[in-house]
Amino acid sequence: MSAVSFPKDFRYTNTHEWIKVTGKTARVGLTNYAQDQLGEVVFVELPEVGRTVKAGDIFGVVESVKAVSDSYSPAGGKVTKVNDKLSDSPELINQDPHGEGWLFEMELGDQAEADLANLMDQPAYERFQAEAGEH
Amino acid sequence: MHIKYGGKVIDFGGWALPVQYGAGIIQEHRTTREKAGLFDVSHMGEFRVTGQDPLGFIQRFTVNDIAKGGIGRCIYSPMCYPTGGVVDDLIVYRLGEKEYLIVVNAANIDKDWAWMSEVLKGFPGTNMVNESATTAELALQGPKAVAILQSLTKTDLLDIKYYHCLDNVTVAGRKTLVSRTGYTGEDGFEVFSAPADAEAIWEAIMAAGKPHGLIPVGLGARDTLRFEACMPLYGQELDAERTPLEAGLGRFVSFDKGDFIGRAALLGQNEKGLQRKLVGIEMVGRGIPRHNYRVLDAEGAKDIGYVSTGSYCPSLERNLGLAYVPTAVAEEGRKVCVSIRDKAVEAVIVKVPFYKRQRPTKA
Repeated sequence: MSAVSFPKDFRYTNTHEWIKVTGKTARVGLTNYAQDQLGEVVFVELPEVGRTVKAGDIFGVVESVKAVSDSYSPAGGKVTKVNDKLSDSPELINQDPHGEGWLFEMELGDQAEADLANLMDQPAYERFQAEAGEH
Repeated sequence: MHIKYGGKVIDFGGWALPVQYGAGIIQEHRTTREKAGLFDVSHMGEFRVTGQDPLGFIQRFTVNDIAKGGIGRCIYSPMCYPTGGVVDDLIVYRLGEKEYLIVVNAANIDKDWAWMSEVLKGFPGTNMVNESATTAELALQGPKAVAILQSLTKTDLLDIKYYHCLDNVTVAGRKTLVSRTGYTGEDGFEVFSAPADAEAIWEAIMAAGKPHGLIPVGLGARDTLRFEACMPLYGQELDAERTPLEAGLGRFVSFDKGDFIGRAALLGQNEKGLQRKLVGIEMVGRGIPRHNYRVLDAEGAKDIGYVSTGSYCPSLERNLGLAYVPTAVAEEGRKVCVSIRDKAVEAVIVKVPFYKRQRPTKA
């Protein structure tokens, strides 16, 4: 696997999504581990702007040549923006999963603090994905 | 061996098989089309038939006419139940007057063995041996395949024409059976050897292929390559419920070769006309059709069929599918929908095969 490190200021789900919180808003994407497991991404289906999601809701689908994978929202809130570049360039998820390959942005809901507390921090996720990768 | 080349390996009936190598499925696919790819397909099954009447025996359970070519021919044929449904599809190698090798799908080795063994009871003095565990198979595919393999053998490979084979060919100093066959839509060869020799042959081909841009290719790209070329896969396009005629394989059904298992049923279906047919579809709306997704009518209202295989196609860069639909709908340009995650997404029926190689390498 490529030597991409997991950002320290993100929080992580056990389904391999990341969330980066800035005040009341957040950006969501797939981790480098997830994109490596999936292989070359060829199709992305993102949520509609304005849609309300709860933590754990399926918000979209990412497909590689061989796999179809649901994506789960790390926190609750309202979708404010999606990464439009992905419809023409889904490979951005492989090339830069923690940056240019982000999936959507949201305005965090009232439960956000509790949602985020349920997620892993960087050291915990680092261990989690290393163990997952052994299987 | 495969781990060394960056392979992601799965276990398939005891063979460790790579789904993909370091380059990834898309690159492996395109490199096979543009240069060459090397595949380990040792999981395939091989049955050797000898004795009194191998031809009569094989003609009985195949639907194609195995006698139509001379020695050295490879003949593709579905193998049918009396209902016309498909047990498996296979390739018969005519090695000699009384010696044949039958190559079958890995997942069907046990089922095929049982089926053919039943048929064999009617042919005393004819023998069949399962050599699957003692036969390795490598496939070298792509426009550079001839040049690469030729550098490893004194045999003139251009003497082996498309869908022909030659036994006892020395490749990289090892004894092999070479056939001009494959499952990619490209020119190329399949090389059968003893498992103990396969690694040395693999390494020799990789080394000889390096200047030509050869890379190792896994089963993931093998599937997208065969799919683009619309070659059927058992369990998807073919199964016990579908007949070769429905699958568009009528040119491999030889009604006039004499009686064979499934003949009456296929003849009946041919006379009555087909209820459903395999067609190509291309997505118009956003989405990738996948195996077993439902096909709906143009309005997205009525369930009319199913996708047997669907994928993003790396060489064509289109989202395509093979689908079974009612014959009345099976015409190019007709609009249909594919049900993707409970949404009716627009698609259109298109010509098959999706991919055909431009200039066949001079045979």
